[in-house]
Amino acid sequence: MEQSWKQAKAVFAGALGPPLFWLVLFFLVPLAIVWAYSFGHNNGLVDIAITGTFKNYARAIEPLYLKIFVKSAWVAAITTGLCLVIGFPVALAITFASEKAKTWLLLLIMLPFWTNLLIRTYALIAVLRTEGYVNMGLEWIWKGGGLVGALLGLQPIGDYRPLELLHNNFAVVLGLVYVHLPFMVLPLYSALDRLDKSLLEASLDLGAGHIRTLFKVVVPLALPGIASGVLITFIPALGAYLTPDLLGGPDSQMIANVIERQFKRANDWPFGAALSFLLMYLTFIAIAVQAVLSRKAPEAK
Amino acid sequence: MTNQPIITFENVTKRFGKMVAVDNVSLSVEEGEFFSLLGPSGCGKTTLLRMLAGFETPTEGRILIDGQDISNVPPNKRPVNMVFQSYAVFPHMSVADNVAYGLKVDRTPAAEIKRRVEEALELVQLGGLGDRKPDQLSGGQRQRVALARALIKRPRVLLLDEPLSALDAKLREQMRTELCTLQEKVGITFIMVTHDQDEALALASRCAVMNRGVLKQVATPSDLYEFPNSRFVADFIGSVNLFEGVLAVDEPSHAVIRSPDLPIDIFLDHGVTGPRGGTVWAAIRPEKIELHKKVEGGEPPNLGDAPKGTNAVAGIIRHEAYLGGSSVYEVEIAGGRRVKVHRSNLTRWDQEDFKLGETVWLCWHACSPAVLLS
Repeated sequence: MEQSWKQAKAVFAGALGPPLFWLVLFFLVPLAIVWAYSFGHNNGLVDIAITGTFKNYARAIEPLYLKIFVKSAWVAAITTGLCLVIGFPVALAITFASEKAKTWLLLLIMLPFWTNLLIRTYALIAVLRTEGYVNMGLEWIWKGGGLVGALLGLQPIGDYRPLELLHNNFAVVLGLVYVHLPFMVLPLYSALDRLDKSLLEASLDLGAGHIRTLFKVVVPLALPGIASGVLITFIPALGAYLTPDLLGGPDSQMIANVIERQFKRANDWPFGAALSFLLMYLTFIAIAVQAVLSRKAPEAK
Repeated sequence: MTNQPIITFENVTKRFGKMVAVDNVSLSVEEGEFFSLLGPSGCGKTTLLRMLAGFETPTEGRILIDGQDISNVPPNKRPVNMVFQSYAVFPHMSVADNVAYGLKVDRTPAAEIKRRVEEALELVQLGGLGDRKPDQLSGGQRQRVALARALIKRPRVLLLDEPLSALDAKLREQMRTELCTLQEKVGITFIMVTHDQDEALALASRCAVMNRGVLKQVATPSDLYEFPNSRFVADFIGSVNLFEGVLAVDEPSHAVIRSPDLPIDIFLDHGVTGPRGGTVWAAIRPEKIELHKKVEGGEPPNLGDAPKGTNAVAGIIRHEAYLGGSSVYEVEIAGGRRVKVHRSNLTRWDQEDFKLGETVWLCWHACSPAVLLS
């Protein structure tokens, strides 16, 4: 079958042609243009002269922007770490659920994908804001506690002071974890589901407890899945734009927000282009690291 | 035996939802036995083994090891170890690490682990391969790793789940012998699950035959074959000719079964304590039927232990399969019933003795048919 496809060159070209054309025209060409921009400077409002200068890159690694790069990487890393810690037990639970429950649980994981990111983010704002559901719930408990205290003749505990849950780094990380959790759970699930369950039974049979089995057998064998989950979470989290924009405060902007400003308000496309490409190189490095790590990881059969 | 059995199943039942996987099984295994659980797939034998290992809990009944109820003991605290059907060798560990796994869990000193791993690998003839990774091993070698890994814990009982099913025919034969030798060497009680009757007969000191969750018969291999207690066992172990009939005569010294499928009576040289006039089955193994040439007008052969007119019937050879060591014939007797006959090829010309379409005599000894009441 495979052989005959390769021999039918016309069919092969016919199938490959349109997507290739699409990819080149609407992805590679614009990307090349932006890349060229990154070596230019603004001549007036709309005119960009490509001069081959590295000035934009030099500016991009100034401490001000470098700090934002580092911070973005940190936020993305923390998000990824939290997603892994939360996602692993979830994926494990789905793996061991009955066939019927599995389908429903996976559906639940994927359900948020079907809702617009903007709507999900605004919903999160409704939950987290000062008069939001979290604060409402906490206030209710606070008042109830105060009432019980009063009945027991204790000192009054005073008014409830709402927690500042929105427009800070906490909100950004929470939002990113919420958005990216499915990206982590799905590759983990697929790795864990492929795992031969008799390996776990063998570990138990040989006297190991569940914790030991988890760390000596399950985690090492799920490493390829963990690696791809980490990558697939880290990359979009690194370039997150909407979440820090809507949930973050003045100090929680990430690199994508800076890039957006260059293209829009600052109208400095060459500098924005340089930042974009630096971000892309960072992503490539992450992918390369994952590739090296997964080559070292053992084959899970 | 005066000792208490090493393993006892007491009225064990296991249900998965509405499905009864194991139905009220009571069974005991003695120390040092090579015990086999035999039955078609889905008969509950694997469930029984998994309950012993602790991966399933009985819905009803108790399981005792050395007289101790282990129903509530988790698998990692049971004095049994298992060789899995898929071997379940940890792919991310070397052979030595695989074998050492159970000892490391027990916090055995490193020097002792090293020594015992070497011993165990030597025992399964994998000496010097400790540094290999499982993907560098053949299927047979992986199985040896699984064996060494389980045996190194010195379990009271070793459980084997279809140990030979994944091996090719030649290797299977070889591993059979090795398993036997291994068991004699280590002296540990083995319990093996298999659907392969040859495997069970060749290896086990005792077999339990199961069907649809019910224990049908527990006996030595030869007793299972020669003295089956039901049509299921007779048919499952080896091949058999079954004749449904009634007990026409039932004396202490002899009995006669009359079957509508046979133009003659089946004479038995022993009494049957069965229901006179009730339905019984006579089971005759194909190799216990003799083929004789039939000459025109000749007398039926008499083997000397049955009255004339019994245990000998004429038929026509309708099918012949030459298997090398023996030949299998299907002989059609009056009434259309076909009877299977095995005949050993004792000389290089024996398979030419009988031809398709030839009329022959079938006869058997009066002690050969097994009488089945169910």
